[in-house]
Amino acid sequence: MYKYDEIDQQIVDERVAQYRDQMRRFLAGELTDDEFRPLRLQNGLYIQRHAPMLRIAVPYGMLSAKQLHKLADIATQYDKGYGHFSTRQNLQLNWPKLEDTPDILAELATVEMHAIQTSGNCIRNITTDQFAGVAPDEVIDPRAMAEIMRQWSTFHPEFALLPRKFKIAVSGTLQDRAVVQVHDIGMEFYRDANHKIAIKVWVGGGLGRTPILGAVIREHLEWQHALTYCEAIVRVYNLHGRRDNMYKARIKILVKALGIDEFRKQVEAEWLHLKDSPNTITEAELARVAQHFADFDYESLPAQDASFDTAVASSPAFAAWVKRCVHPHKTSGYRAVTLSLKPHGKPPGDASSEQMHVVADLAAQYSFGELRVSHEQNLILADVKLSDLFAVWEKARAHGLATPNIGLLTDIICCPGGDFCSLANAKSIPIAEAIQMQFDNLDYLHDIGDIELNISGCMNACGHHHVGHIGILGVDKDGSEWYQVTIGGKQGNDASIGSVIGPSFSAEEMPGVVQKLIEVYIKERTPEERFIDTARRLGIAPFKAHVYAKNEVTA
Amino acid sequence: MNSLIQLKNGVASLASDDWTIVQLPATQVEARKQAGKVVLFKLTGEESVTTEQIENTIIPATGKIIVPLSVFIARHRELANRVAENEVGVWLATHELLEHLIQHQTDINELPIIAIFVERFADGRIFSLGTLLRSRYGYKNDLRAFGDVLRDQLFFLKRGGFTSFVIRADRSAADAIASLNDFSQPYQGAVDEPRPVFQRYNRGT
Ligand code: HEM
Ligand code: SF4
Repeated sequence: MYKYDEIDQQIVDERVAQYRDQMRRFLAGELTDDEFRPLRLQNGLYIQRHAPMLRIAVPYGMLSAKQLHKLADIATQYDKGYGHFSTRQNLQLNWPKLEDTPDILAELATVEMHAIQTSGNCIRNITTDQFAGVAPDEVIDPRAMAEIMRQWSTFHPEFALLPRKFKIAVSGTLQDRAVVQVHDIGMEFYRDANHKIAIKVWVGGGLGRTPILGAVIREHLEWQHALTYCEAIVRVYNLHGRRDNMYKARIKILVKALGIDEFRKQVEAEWLHLKDSPNTITEAELARVAQHFADFDYESLPAQDASFDTAVASSPAFAAWVKRCVHPHKTSGYRAVTLSLKPHGKPPGDASSEQMHVVADLAAQYSFGELRVSHEQNLILADVKLSDLFAVWEKARAHGLATPNIGLLTDIICCPGGDFCSLANAKSIPIAEAIQMQFDNLDYLHDIGDIELNISGCMNACGHHHVGHIGILGVDKDGSEWYQVTIGGKQGNDASIGSVIGPSFSAEEMPGVVQKLIEVYIKERTPEERFIDTARRLGIAPFKAHVYAKNEVTA
Repeated sequence: MNSLIQLKNGVASLASDDWTIVQLPATQVEARKQAGKVVLFKLTGEESVTTEQIENTIIPATGKIIVPLSVFIARHRELANRVAENEVGVWLATHELLEHLIQHQTDINELPIIAIFVERFADGRIFSLGTLLRSRYGYKNDLRAFGDVLRDQLFFLKRGGFTSFVIRADRSAADAIASLNDFSQPYQGAVDEPRPVFQRYNRGT
């Protein structure tokens, strides 16, 4: 993965000094709350329900074992001994002390980490596929470009105070796993007819209270121009995006208001001036950064491993885990492994310091010292030998990291919700936990098969409920907490936004509602259909009928 | 107390201000809100300047003045002699269009100073305006930020080509100067240093 040189290190060190002084001025009363807010936000510091919340950047989800050990230590020393991995591949601490945050940042800087631009109205952490570099269906490893874009966007002086936050995702696979269509800019890397790296650029996607899938602004962009083209897009947005109403300030609203054709025209006109300017990426720079992401020294291994096959045959529990948590790898004899942060009945995405140490050790011992965070809020060891899988499983299982539920109903994406977040309409974690307990039967879960259930505590959609096959949204009705249910949302190449099935439900009803939705699916599915396929084929009607039928009887 | 910071050849110092900002009088008529209406190019919803405001603007008879863009355009005859004397600069609010200035004043380098007024420090349009004035329109003279100008925006303003900064009156310009150098080797190219770090520093291969 990318290693800092003296330039990178100096920037994070200078940031710590700058932030320390901003905090000093704030505590001394030299900065008002309003003045300090954007400064602290651009450093990931929110003031939340119970305490400040600090969001630490994990650029495109890559972590080293050493960094994870450090995060675990920080969570122990400055927080309550756990952290929350977020849907934007970052780590959040829920209970740090305001005054401690400069020290936390200084600690992070010792392991080449920071919290720069993890919040606030600026270009945020750039996200990508958690299997970047190892996925068999990968055309281009997008991480080098993601790193180049990270550097470009870090303290970009023109885009330091945008109308609203700005999120970029990149992907280089046939099957999009980075949800590029729901980002302010989505970049899909591919090889063009001349076998050159090219980018399909999407713009104006986003969830939140106005969910919109992005539109294609350019089918073909040569990779050298990635930065200047983004500059053109962000400049048009910076100048013309609305600043009078924060709910209408995202780029998606501007793109919708102008129409993609007019927006494209303005961007292309701007780009004419920027094209080939010095921020054009050079071959040398791409090569320099790309070598940080070069393949590891993989052993040449056969495609099969006898000890692995024996273990699968003799241990059903191991076999179940392999089925859900082990993924193909482009190199023979290797696999990628997802360590589930979704054990039933625990807050999705949370990891204790002890678990972080365990995962870091596993990464060091079995996966070249690196790991990734997925936007589904799990941790990934990307390069494990087949013959090591059993050992990894045993250790992970001993620490609650091997629930074989990846891609299943209980692998829930869930925002912090009302337990932590001051914007929430409703709690989300207890709903996730209740659903997990309702479906706490692995055979049944495996029978239901691939499905994504996403929960947000309010329409800001941090939990991506719009693109969940089943989406749950916390709503406020007369001061009490209710939940609205959507089905048919989907991430990926054929992304879609879910449709609301009807009036909302109380918290107690939710596990039963999900149960009913699943019953319809089980009854109606064809042998090869996943939940989403059945939902798309049938529409909401049968689901709605079954879910609300019960209500009428009991009411 | 001085609130003006002036950059000369990359060196910042406190300076005394010999320019007077000419303000528009408050508007008499009720503000016409554009917000909500879809107008190509301008969706941001600020009210526009009225003819009364322009006519009622009091322009001091002597001295160096920075006048609002709308006044500069509408009352250019009155100002022509003083423009020739290098005594007139122009200021724009962040929602105003540079194109209007350029259409009216073909050679903007005849203006010794252009200033941008930022009403709220969080309004980052100022950075794009500065960048465009320098890189697109080739402006070479003093580029000034005034209004809600605070220390923590200075580094970005400097990188966007601004050369003078009127720090908000209740804050110390002397303290603020330090922030012009918050970072020593920025990653990306911008107005003050167009080359990104990979073009100007040997980062190895
Ligand atoms: C607890 C404090 C949090 C607050 C106050 C908060 C606030 C918000 C707000 C206001 C939005 C909507 C912005 C908009 O649409 O313009 C948003 C969106 C989002 N948040 Fe959070 N959030 C919090 C935590 C989280 C966490 C923990 C995650 C990850 C699990 C997260 C992930 C996201 C994502 C992915 C979006 C994207 C929606 C989009 O693309 O429009 N947030 N957040
Ligand atoms: S979706 Fe709403 S409740 Fe959940 S974290 Fe985001 S802002 Fe808070």
